[in-house]
Amino acid sequence: MTTSKAATAHTTIAGKLSLDDCKTFLIYEAQLLDEGHFDRWLALFTADARYWVPSVPGQQSPHDTVSLMYDDRRLLETRVRRLANPRIYSQEPRSRTSRIVTNFTLVPDNGTQGVTVRSKFMMVEYRREEQRLFAGTVLHCLVNEGDNIRIAVKRIDLVNCDAPLDGLVVPF
Amino acid sequence: MRNETPLSAEVLSQLVQPARVHRRVYTDPEIFELEMQRIFASTWVYVGHESQIRNPGDFFCTRVARKPLVIVRGKNSEINALHNQCAHRGSMVVAVDAGCADEFQCCYHGWTYHLDGRLKAVPLNHGYPEDFNIKNPNTAMVQVPRVQSYRGFIFVSLAAEGHSLEEFLGYMKTSLDDMVDRAPDGELDVAGGTFKHVYEGNWKIYLENLCDAAHPWFTHRSSIAAAQQQDDAVYSDGSGEIAIRQMRQNGAPYSFWESQVGIWTYPNGHSYLGDYHDDAKLVAAMNDPTFRAYVEALQAKKGQQETQRVMEIRRWNSNIYPNLSIMSQFQQLRVIHPIAVDRTVVHTYCFKLRGAPEQMFRNTISFANIVNGTGSLVLTDDLEIYNRITLGFASEGAEWVEIGRGYQSDVPDVHGGRKGKNSTSEIYIRNMFDAWREYMFGGEAETKGAAA
Repeated sequence: MTTSKAATAHTTIAGKLSLDDCKTFLIYEAQLLDEGHFDRWLALFTADARYWVPSVPGQQSPHDTVSLMYDDRRLLETRVRRLANPRIYSQEPRSRTSRIVTNFTLVPDNGTQGVTVRSKFMMVEYRREEQRLFAGTVLHCLVNEGDNIRIAVKRIDLVNCDAPLDGLVVPF
Repeated sequence: MRNETPLSAEVLSQLVQPARVHRRVYTDPEIFELEMQRIFASTWVYVGHESQIRNPGDFFCTRVARKPLVIVRGKNSEINALHNQCAHRGSMVVAVDAGCADEFQCCYHGWTYHLDGRLKAVPLNHGYPEDFNIKNPNTAMVQVPRVQSYRGFIFVSLAAEGHSLEEFLGYMKTSLDDMVDRAPDGELDVAGGTFKHVYEGNWKIYLENLCDAAHPWFTHRSSIAAAQQQDDAVYSDGSGEIAIRQMRQNGAPYSFWESQVGIWTYPNGHSYLGDYHDDAKLVAAMNDPTFRAYVEALQAKKGQQETQRVMEIRRWNSNIYPNLSIMSQFQQLRVIHPIAVDRTVVHTYCFKLRGAPEQMFRNTISFANIVNGTGSLVLTDDLEIYNRITLGFASEGAEWVEIGRGYQSDVPDVHGGRKGKNSTSEIYIRNMFDAWREYMFGGEAETKGAAA
């Protein structure tokens, strides 16, 4: 087994990236999203990042089951570019969001690079006289690139991922 | 025309004219109730696929005309469709979406039912009236009058009488054939989960958009532009590549829609939008290793000639009125559930082609995410349109909805239908309203209304 090797790697990277560092980073990320700085948000991701909102609780793979959102880096760039397009009708009027991110914990290392942070979030989205409430668990796989923290994978498990929903446009 | 006008056949007929319909057909709760009775509770309605209930005891729950049903594979492998209600005090018996059961038991007083709905046992059964008898059909979970499948696609009719499923499908059964014939082993499996969308709008709006070849260039311009500007050198695991290709396709110029795509319509409101077959497209597609492996698998199982025939069928959305839309090229299926006059839920499914390369289903999933995904860059703009139509109908503006594009330029189709002059014709909407008239008041068409 690779447990001891993985534990070592975890300690090393966690040594560089403390839980406090991660908290600060995730709160900053939420702020960028709430303020609509989607380009700056995109810049937080690695060149081969994946962004994933499963459609089933505990979904194992984005490739054998549909997802509310599943973007490789190429599609994530297109998603963000669309958000800036003045003719994005599903954002006319624009949504306003407010997020709370909390309950941060470091997930024991899974042998991959970087650290995995688990957190809870709640997001209120207001648009056209209607307010929607989303809540769920988020996993961030964070890596250090030079002096910067970058997101390699972000997975958002909504508590109501299998409910009938109207369109989801603003990223979680 | 105010909503208080009583809905006689004459009033209804005036609301639907050859090239325009009154907005009231989308907004009047009373008309919606009539549609539930006269369309959804009387004709054939798609409920699911046999692969969802392969073994005895397998079941899933659904709704038809808003009524909860259980569709279950019985002990002798027959398919039963039961009203999901206990015969005792009326509680819904099956409360999970799907599963496998030996029997159904009500959680209230424990009445237990066989898989075909007959009452099996009643606890404390000495206390009921003298004539109480578990063999009395009135003590059963009631069976839906008609349930039948066509090549694995299960339809029910809540009416005991009416045209047969074959008559109902007519030539459009060829779109269901095309779903199945694409599987090298000749079998389909529902797989990959379900998307469920909801919008604040009438159910008819959804089908009216699915074959609308004139809207992508406008409605989807934000995703078209974003996809066109995307750098293809950026990392993709394949998912983004398929999504971006599809978004760019939506940006095809009007000349493409008008010259290379067609719209075909058939009796009972059915229609499909399709590419004209073009060998060049097929040759280009052979550059894709997955597609090549798939075609080889088809040829190995079905031979050269049958493979060629299947590949020449290039249908996009096939709509089987009133609640089903399928897309055979990417193995997608959508079911429309009307909830209220201004509220609709749509469930979407993917199919795995037995005998096709694994990668092909991965592509099906990527395609579903972009075309049917709740967070898709494309579908979200369609949902916005559906919501906005409802907002627009609330105004005191135009009373009539125009559906006259291509009117009087239709041409007959050799299979008994009508074909639009080109794919941007609104013939498929007029065709659905022909069926609507037939179901709603026996079709006494545009008599007085035409002159109004």
